[in-house]
Amino acid sequence: MIPYDFAYFKASTAEEAVELYQSLREQGKQPVYYAGGTEIITLGRMKEVYTEAVIDIKGITECQTLQLEQNQLVMGAALPLTKLQEANLFPLLSQTISEIADHTARNKITLGGNLCGNIYYREAVLPLLIADTDVVIAGKSGRRRIPLNSIFDERPCLEDGELLTQLITQSDYLGLPYYSVKKRRQWDVGYPLITVTALKKEGKIRVSFSGVCLFPFRSERIEECLNDTRLNPDDRIERAIQHLPKPISNDVEGSPEYRLFVLKNTLLDVLQALEGETYAHN
Amino acid sequence: MHTTEITLEVNGETRSVTVRNADTLLYVLRDKLGLTGAKPGCLNGDCGTCTIDVDGNPMKSCLMLAVEVQEAKITTVEGLKYSSLQTEFVDKFAFQCGYCTPGFIMNANALIKQYPHANDMLIKEWLESNICRCTGYKEIEEAVKSALATAQTVLRQQ
Ligand SMILES: Cc1cc2nc3c(=O)[nH]c(=O)nc-3n(C[C@H](O)[C@H](O)[C@H](O)COP(=O)(O)OP(=O)(O)OC[C@H]3O[C@@H](n4cnc5c(N)ncnc54)[C@H](O)[C@@H]3O)c2cc1C
Ligand code: FES
Ligand code: FES
Repeated sequence: MIPYDFAYFKASTAEEAVELYQSLREQGKQPVYYAGGTEIITLGRMKEVYTEAVIDIKGITECQTLQLEQNQLVMGAALPLTKLQEANLFPLLSQTISEIADHTARNKITLGGNLCGNIYYREAVLPLLIADTDVVIAGKSGRRRIPLNSIFDERPCLEDGELLTQLITQSDYLGLPYYSVKKRRQWDVGYPLITVTALKKEGKIRVSFSGVCLFPFRSERIEECLNDTRLNPDDRIERAIQHLPKPISNDVEGSPEYRLFVLKNTLLDVLQALEGETYAHN
Repeated sequence: MHTTEITLEVNGETRSVTVRNADTLLYVLRDKLGLTGAKPGCLNGDCGTCTIDVDGNPMKSCLMLAVEVQEAKITTVEGLKYSSLQTEFVDKFAFQCGYCTPGFIMNANALIKQYPHANDMLIKEWLESNICRCTGYKEIEEAVKSALATAQTVLRQQ
């Protein structure tokens, strides 16, 4: 049971949600946008999230959009993960999403919730970072569309009261060769030891990670090292991992040493899959 | 206290009830509406024992607020009323203590309705959402596959 009370509002447009948020703020309240609500409920139960008012965004049409239009894929932030997975318009995203939580939970967890939540894996962001996806954000001064990479630093850096409404990926990224793998310590469901997604654009490999550190990330320095084909694959990987953000996670899923060992092997799999060569694991 | 009077459509009946906005659907079903089929397990979205059907999709009722499902059609295990899937669970001994059973049944029931021709991969993907502490997975799988075969026969005859 959630040990505190809150008001419940349901918004039908992004403007209404943002205005409501501002007015609650002005009344000295602590509101949150409520998408799937799974994190607000589960962390709320343990008092790790506190709110005085939830603003349900599932009734906002633009947040439920899923369509290919004018050479771009528009994805509403309040879409449940299963809907995106089943539509399979962006196969790399579908495959990555299919490993998040479990099927029933994915009926409730939303794309925007996964990106904006406190639970730091945020695995759905990985394909979006390497596919140069744009985000549409509604705030008190209106709406803006900007590259996700320009506001992503461990998480989407939104200002207080800003609402993520849509994610937009250009069609030419949707069919690129890709690789996506989630390595768990055990079983087929659960948080990752590491998750790696990669795709190849104009002959260059792009790669993003979750589980390696306490936040998901993409690194251009790592990509430069991996793409330096003058070197052999092992040397490229050794150089690449010198650029990992620090510290490497150390938790029940695995030690930093174990994570690095698995990561190196996984990067070899990425190179093998996207360069079409066979490389021997050490 | 923030409360709301809501109307829910549960198992084909319209039920009005006053809830705290912070109440989960699981709590309201069990403690306010007397429908104890959905079971509290982890309360954290991990075990699936609280699974119910909302508009044809399996949902974990511990991950929902009652106030957010006012326009939906809710079915709990009490609403199935001797379905062939339930008979298969009995015939195949697909439970031991039975605590996980309503959750498995509600999940599998939605699977059979949405994908009567589900293959092994899809069955695994859906049923992975539920945990059986008594580890009766083999028998559960047999019961679900048997109910799928029955559903396919019915479809062929239509
Ligand atoms: C059983 C279970 C298993 C999980 N397994 C995984 C896993 O394997 N991998 C993984 O990456 N994650 C996993 N998670 C974490 C999950 O993806 C996050 O907790 C996510 O936040 C849940 O999404 P939601 O839509 O329910 O979010 P909500 O609970 O609705 O919101 C979470 C936070 O995000 C904010 N927010 C939501 N939408 C928006 C928006 N459009 N704009 C601005 N802010 C917004 C909310 O205000 C809130 O602060 C799991 C969660 C559960 C319950
Ligand atoms: S009680 Fe809902 S998933 Fe465990
Ligand atoms: S039969 Fe006991 S938990 Fe499944």
